Amino acid sequence: MKIVVLIKQTPDTAELPNISAEEAQSGDIRATMVINPWDEYAAEEAIDLCDRFDGDAIAITMGTPDSTDALKHALAMGVGDAMLVDSSGLGEMDLSVAAEALAAAIKEEGNVDLVLTGKQSVDGNSSALFAGIACKLGYPLLSNVSKVVDIADGVITVERIVDGGQETVTAPLPAVVSVGKEINDPRYPSFMGIRKANRKKIPTISVADLGVSASPKVQWTNIRKPEARHTEVVIIEGETVQEKAAKLADALLAEKVI
Amino acid sequence: MSVLVWIEQTEGGAVPSCWELAGKGRELADALGVSLDAVVMGAETAQTAAAAQSYGFDKVYAITDPVLADYRLTAYAVGLQKAVEASGASVVLASATIGGREVTAYVACQLDAGLAPDAVDLRIEDGKLVATRAVYSNNILTDVIFNSDIQVASARPRSFPIPEPGAAGGEVIALDLGLGEDDIPEKVIDVKVSDSGEVSLTDASIIVSGGRGVAADPVKGFELVTALADVLGAAVGASRAAVDADYIPYKHQVGQTGKTVKPDLYIAAGISGAIQHLAGMGGSKIIVAINKDPDAPIFERANYGIVGDLFEVLPALTDAFKERLS
Repeated sequence: MKIVVLIKQTPDTAELPNISAEEAQSGDIRATMVINPWDEYAAEEAIDLCDRFDGDAIAITMGTPDSTDALKHALAMGVGDAMLVDSSGLGEMDLSVAAEALAAAIKEEGNVDLVLTGKQSVDGNSSALFAGIACKLGYPLLSNVSKVVDIADGVITVERIVDGGQETVTAPLPAVVSVGKEINDPRYPSFMGIRKANRKKIPTISVADLGVSASPKVQWTNIRKPEARHTEVVIIEGETVQEKAAKLADALLAEKVI
Repeated sequence: MSVLVWIEQTEGGAVPSCWELAGKGRELADALGVSLDAVVMGAETAQTAAAAQSYGFDKVYAITDPVLADYRLTAYAVGLQKAVEASGASVVLASATIGGREVTAYVACQLDAGLAPDAVDLRIEDGKLVATRAVYSNNILTDVIFNSDIQVASARPRSFPIPEPGAAGGEVIALDLGLGEDDIPEKVIDVKVSDSGEVSLTDASIIVSGGRGVAADPVKGFELVTALADVLGAAVGASRAAVDADYIPYKHQVGQTGKTVKPDLYIAAGISGAIQHLAGMGGSKIIVAINKDPDAPIFERANYGIVGDLFEVLPALTDAFKERLS
């Protein structure tokens, strides 16, 4: 079984609040770039599924040539191979361009049974790429998966989290599966894993080689920081906790938010 | 031409946040000078289609088919596309639920249309849709403009007010899905409704959340959080610290790596107010902080605060509301 796990390199979540409108505009982010935290769950699941069902996994990232750190993290965790899809020169990127380019890279890889992704990226926040790739490849999509129950006879069985509950669903392979945080606990790369990853050569394929011609259908404009919330807190005082609670309850009823 | 809204159905009928798009959709349709249409899909559609009429949709497309009994992307994407064609939609909207987000993404790709996922505002400028999105985990806002004829967006729940329903207007038009069970690769073999009766975080108008402050007795602490939530008809939230410590499941997590919420009232009990938590709930109308530490950063964002132990304050507050709301 051959598994592709899609990885994105994104800003460290601790540094997201410091990102300026100018950085978001230019795409030249000064923050420390790491593997998108949601993609660690996909990488862990790829490793686990390779053990369970005798497979090989390859991590694919699309980005500029300096986007290999996230791939190295996936390799250090234990994903077998990695490939960079070099998007330099592609200009503006949106869902349609990204989905077409990555679908082309997956096709180029050949004989892929399963495409694994995280639930969203911490920068674009779209939660859309897995659907776009499923669409471009014509594969079924199982999103928000919390457990891969079985893969047998060309059919994958999963549990997925839906609004208000959980369901068990099957789909024939090849399929796209996006995973949620509930699915596993991503391992930390071992020292040996990091050394191995650093020695590994990461092949690069350019979007031009893949023959991607899509043009973006949307553009970002008027990029800005959200207005800071300015509030003056009213600290409720009182002799007893009951008195404080009563005063707060009255204040909230007067605000008409209950 | 039209603005088309997918009114998603769940066990108990329409997903409430979809009705926000009856009001906002009307604004957009009026600005474009086109009709406002809805599409309802499911094994049963009559009740939700009638509700859509009362919310003022000009045309309600009803796609009724047993293969739509359970949500499956393949079938629902085909249904939405049929409705887009029938209605001649130039703007396609859905509520940004799990299903709403993936169906809009899939259909946008299929139609070669632009997509603005999880938009927090929508408007028309120069005859085109402009959507505002919060990106970089709510740390940056951007407007999204479209280069495509068809413009697709999902709207973050609680971004727009729900209009009052009125007398039933527009007509209901039945559409054929045109798919058989064999055409749909996904097979749902079991469904567990786990949260029946629970208020969902993203739809909630009141949220009571607990954080690390419950550490002395996490089980008791979240019992107290839940007791106050029950009295207020509120949803239960949590900080990442509480989720990471396994005090409560991940689905309750509010913040940068959890859910983004926008209730009228957010009560944070024993939550210090890390910037990652504030990124997920900073849009709340009124924020109340209950914390032992008077220097906790949450007080800088709160409208009201009580400096005190949540194990004492929460029961007192629950009693105070019981008295006033009964």
